Amino acid sequence: MIARQPDENPAGIHLPLDPLPGHTSRGRLERVLRRGEFAVTTELNPPDSADPEDVYNRAKIFDGWVDAINAVDASGANCHMSSVGICALLTRMGYAPIMQIACRDRNRIAIQGDVLGGAAMGVANMLCLTGDGVQAGDQPGAKPVFDLDCMSLLETCRIMRDNGKFLSGRKLTTPPLLFLGAAINPFAPPIDFRPYRLGKKIAAGAQFVQSQYCFDVPMFRTYMQQVRDLGFTEKCFILCGVGPLASAKTAKWIRTNVPGIHIPDSIVKRLEGAQDQKKEGKQLCIDIINEVKEIPGVSGVHVMAYRQEEYVAEIVDESGVLKGRQPWKREIRRDDQLVAERLDHILHDEITETQVDMVKTAH
Amino acid sequence: MSETTPAITQATLVKKAAPKSDYKPADVSPQRRVQRSFAVRLWSVRHSRLLEWFYARFSDMFLLLHPLWKGIGYGRVEGPIKFVEKRVKGFMFDCRMCGQCILSSTGMSCPMNCPKQLRNGPCGGVRANGNCEVEPDMPCVWVKAWEGSRNMVHGDKILDVQKPVDQSLRETSAWLRVTAQAAAAREAARNAPNTGAPA
Repeated sequence: MIARQPDENPAGIHLPLDPLPGHTSRGRLERVLRRGEFAVTTELNPPDSADPEDVYNRAKIFDGWVDAINAVDASGANCHMSSVGICALLTRMGYAPIMQIACRDRNRIAIQGDVLGGAAMGVANMLCLTGDGVQAGDQPGAKPVFDLDCMSLLETCRIMRDNGKFLSGRKLTTPPLLFLGAAINPFAPPIDFRPYRLGKKIAAGAQFVQSQYCFDVPMFRTYMQQVRDLGFTEKCFILCGVGPLASAKTAKWIRTNVPGIHIPDSIVKRLEGAQDQKKEGKQLCIDIINEVKEIPGVSGVHVMAYRQEEYVAEIVDESGVLKGRQPWKREIRRDDQLVAERLDHILHDEITETQVDMVKTAH
Repeated sequence: MSETTPAITQATLVKKAAPKSDYKPADVSPQRRVQRSFAVRLWSVRHSRLLEWFYARFSDMFLLLHPLWKGIGYGRVEGPIKFVEKRVKGFMFDCRMCGQCILSSTGMSCPMNCPKQLRNGPCGGVRANGNCEVEPDMPCVWVKAWEGSRNMVHGDKILDVQKPVDQSLRETSAWLRVTAQAAAAREAARNAPNTGAPA
């Protein structure tokens, strides 16, 4: 008998968890956060392929290191496998995905349908985003939709969950059980407004937020001070976005080309002065995690290691944020073995039963 | 689709449940709201042959003026040209300034007036009387386009498959774009024999 993991349905590992009192979803991320544990989430680099194996392989390197995986929705307005598709594959394998929904590509009809579809597949966490403009991506000729924005999208999901209704007021037979997330960027102007904007998002339905890459810890500390003073940390779990920089050159490129990411000069200098810049980038990320985890009100980190996903495990391990805790990990169980044997029988053994034979034997 | 008994759709129910106020705008699609009530665009479709002839002369003239545009700078003339183009084409065709005009391939009936903005032909919902599915009292843009194209010399251009609209070109001058492209093509054709390009 295999030891049971903390967040697991006693009736089977593949089954959704029973909702706990005060919880709005059946997901493991909500449980971890509400237990007061330091959560770790990461981002899956979406493949440009139709092969499910690509998704499984990319998710596998996070096994046992993260509490949830973000399935991005055409980030940067570049075409990739859809977040719904990635979530379908990840939930099938027993992972806890965070389905990102961007307002750029779909109107309220499509989005509400995807929310229901995602929840039906077992997606417990949804992250509501406005999305980058189409001008940022590989297809600037596309029609930008922006029918909803992140705030109205949060509200739409909350109405579907809490009131059991579509935005139009039409009833749902089974409302989706969701843990709703949003994004924050404390590093972009208007700085004074940023904490209040978080307040708006909480009012609209955000239960957890993931921040933009944090490279300026003092700035984040000030933001957190303001957020705490407003009392938002009691209403919402804040995950700080972190990530390794590959080199000083990358840092400079990001600073000039990616809007909304603030990298102070001291960071670039530190990378430039290093022997092995990639290693230094990783160490820098670990140092930032160690600093932000001490800030009161920070409930976790969101590790975005774009194209350096193999470092996520090392970063999480070396920063020691899990404090020896093992996030949920899918393991083979006895019924899995049964399913595998049965499938093997169906696929490989000679079964010459045809429709006609079945009809004949029935008489 | 019977027109005597309008079916109660979900949209009707939603509209009925909407809060009442004294201001009741006409129950039409936003596409229709910016359309003129006097139908110069229908006159344009009826006279598509004349307009085709006129446009051929007009575009030649524009191409002749290419050195002028280039001299002043396309970027600099865009403002005034767009001002004129928007008003002239707006009056004639209810133009929506998609920036990639295909009027000569659509019988001089602007496809951006279609509530679904179809650019490759009519949808399956056209009513028996030739009116639009979404706007029951508006003649289908593509029924008109087909009629218009039948009068035109190069009317079979309606059979060409159109690319998806490049939304980043909205609110730019199609006249200048076509002229610049024609000039570039002319230039390329002039250089082609010299470089010995295969036929």
